[in-house]
Amino acid sequence: MSAVREHAAPPVGEHRGRTPDRPRVDPGHRVLRVRAGRLQARVPVRTLLVTATLGGLTLALAVVGLGVGDVDLPPVQVLSALLGGGEDLTRLVVVEWRLPRVLAAVVFGAALGVSGGIFQSLTRNPLASPDVIGFAAGSYTGALLVVVTVGGGYALVAGGALVGGVLTAAAVYLLAYRRGVAGFRLVVVGIGVSAMLGSLNTFLLLRADLEVALSAATWGAGTLSSTGWSQVLVGGATVLVLLVVVASRSGDLRQLELGDDAARATGVHAEPARLVLVVAGVALVAAVTAAAGPIAFVALAAPQIARRVMRTAGTTLVGAAAVGALVLLAADLVAQHVLPTTLPVGVVTVVVGGAYLVWLLVREARRRL
Amino acid sequence: MAEASATSAPTSRTARGGVAASNARRGAGLLVALAVLVVAVLASIAVGSRQIPVPVVLDALFSYDPSVDDHVVVWQLRVPRTVVGLAVGLALGAAGALVQALTRNPLAEPGLLGVNAGAAFAVALGVAVFGVTRVEASVWFAFGGALAVTVAVYLIGSTGRGGADPVRLVLAGVALGAVLQGVTTGLVLLDPRAFDQLRAWNAGSLVGRDLDLLLGVLPYLAVGVVVALLAARPLDAIALGEDLAAAVGAPVAVTRVGVVLAVTLLAGGATALAGPISFVGLMVPHVARWVVGPDQRWILAYVLVLAPVLLLGSDVLGRVLMSPGEVPVGIVTAFVGAPVLVLLVRRHRASGL
Repeated sequence: MSAVREHAAPPVGEHRGRTPDRPRVDPGHRVLRVRAGRLQARVPVRTLLVTATLGGLTLALAVVGLGVGDVDLPPVQVLSALLGGGEDLTRLVVVEWRLPRVLAAVVFGAALGVSGGIFQSLTRNPLASPDVIGFAAGSYTGALLVVVTVGGGYALVAGGALVGGVLTAAAVYLLAYRRGVAGFRLVVVGIGVSAMLGSLNTFLLLRADLEVALSAATWGAGTLSSTGWSQVLVGGATVLVLLVVVASRSGDLRQLELGDDAARATGVHAEPARLVLVVAGVALVAAVTAAAGPIAFVALAAPQIARRVMRTAGTTLVGAAAVGALVLLAADLVAQHVLPTTLPVGVVTVVVGGAYLVWLLVREARRRL
Repeated sequence: MAEASATSAPTSRTARGGVAASNARRGAGLLVALAVLVVAVLASIAVGSRQIPVPVVLDALFSYDPSVDDHVVVWQLRVPRTVVGLAVGLALGAAGALVQALTRNPLAEPGLLGVNAGAAFAVALGVAVFGVTRVEASVWFAFGGALAVTVAVYLIGSTGRGGADPVRLVLAGVALGAVLQGVTTGLVLLDPRAFDQLRAWNAGSLVGRDLDLLLGVLPYLAVGVVVALLAARPLDAIALGEDLAAAVGAPVAVTRVGVVLAVTLLAGGATALAGPISFVGLMVPHVARWVVGPDQRWILAYVLVLAPVLLLGSDVLGRVLMSPGEVPVGIVTAFVGAPVLVLLVRRHRASGL
């Protein structure tokens, strides 16, 4: 994409590149044009800079995260261990112990951010997230049922969470279906079903032994503490495939934001396109939830933060992914190292995300004074 | 929200007036609802894990004999529980009607203003930090937490020009609620005793709440109900939109403060007594609006009768379902309420505001 390959472009006549006779559109901000073969993209410079900055920050935090813990390592040693040098012990600590967790935070954070972006675009509601269609509550129910009946085991809990979440999301989608799924109806049905499953979860917790209930609740808050290489590889591969699917459909998403009629007018099959996007969004969260439990608020906050930092009109999925990765990584570092005791990362994301929303409200009020 | 308001447009007489179009019919409907309430009260006194025949129950009510065990069960356990259920249901219903009218949002419920999150946080704090274990003490922690958080939500939501905009109020409630919920989760995960207490409290239950406890909270509930009744007419005007309401002379700002106060007292008191009970405050105003149309005075009258019916009915159901064990009432209301909500939203014409 990055290369501007004039020569390799097939001869398509006047569609190619600059046409001096057409009036130039001024988008109001500086835009970088990228051409690769027949494809052409216009990327606002600010978006590019912000994404690069976010990526750089994430990398820096990752190096910090790989370096701190019971054995503190300076960044130089971390980097050399990553490149295969250094002492064996250092490599063990960095690559085998800490790297999976850091990678998980980055990949899963990006997945949550994109998923939130999809749902906020589709429902045209800045407070929407995959949780609105009941995924979090359903996956918690599935995991709890496994813990209460079988007693647990990582793979079983993950499987239970997946089945519970997907069944719930499907049920909500079908219940909201009435000659198409309107965003509003989807949200309301999701709230109802989530509330019902939430109280079922409370009941299951109430009837379980205290020990079992406590460990289930830790999982239910969302934690990265038990992620090893196997979870990261499986979860990461799933997430990457899904991200490719979403990227190929991001054009449809933008058209659907205009409303079904307008989207249809531009040639988008509204209902199937929405279904694909919803399924991809749910699958992204499902991959994360199976590996790390329902981590709250990243999906909700990341697209909103991205929009404000990048000053774009709508949700940008790339921005949401970058912010999600940074936020989850930072939250996990706080959960591990800053607090006096280690807590599930989900606790930190909820507090930070909520506090951010409060701050946003207060700031918006000030601006109106 | 756009769809709800569009579909609730007054397209016909029934759309404006609800199912019962005339005041005579509304009054008749209210009498029927009262009769149902009486049945619910009697059922709540008569049904329980201990099988007591109906004649013995009546005996216990009208000629109490402290030497008969069944009579003691009726008077010491079931009557207080029923009375508390009545008060909690009534308070939650009224709070729900007020919140929906104030925010002009048919999906608003009292918990949106942060009541539940504040109460839960205070209960967790009470157990973890102050070692509170008795229901009597945790009620006041819950009430205090609910009050404090609602005030904070109001302050956050009303900073800036133009005072408390309902949308900002709800957003502030959601945001602050999330922060508190996170802190609460962290708190209880570190303290197994607090976790144990809170998981029981979270279910919402009427077990073991005696009349002394209710008497302590009752004055606050009473103030809340009185404010709710006074606010009914101004709220009808506010339903037209706040600018129009001000133009026809309704005291918009005063009403807003009063309604937030009433919701805080009602929902805070109910949550303090019974824990977070979902759907009563959301669903009953819906049903009432569907029956009587958009007149707040009739809606309130119906809600004050129907909400206790739902709560007591759910409580009785919870006692029967897993007898001799119990399903906490908050869980039953969610299981009764969620399907109704789904049906409501699937109906073509939602009973919007």
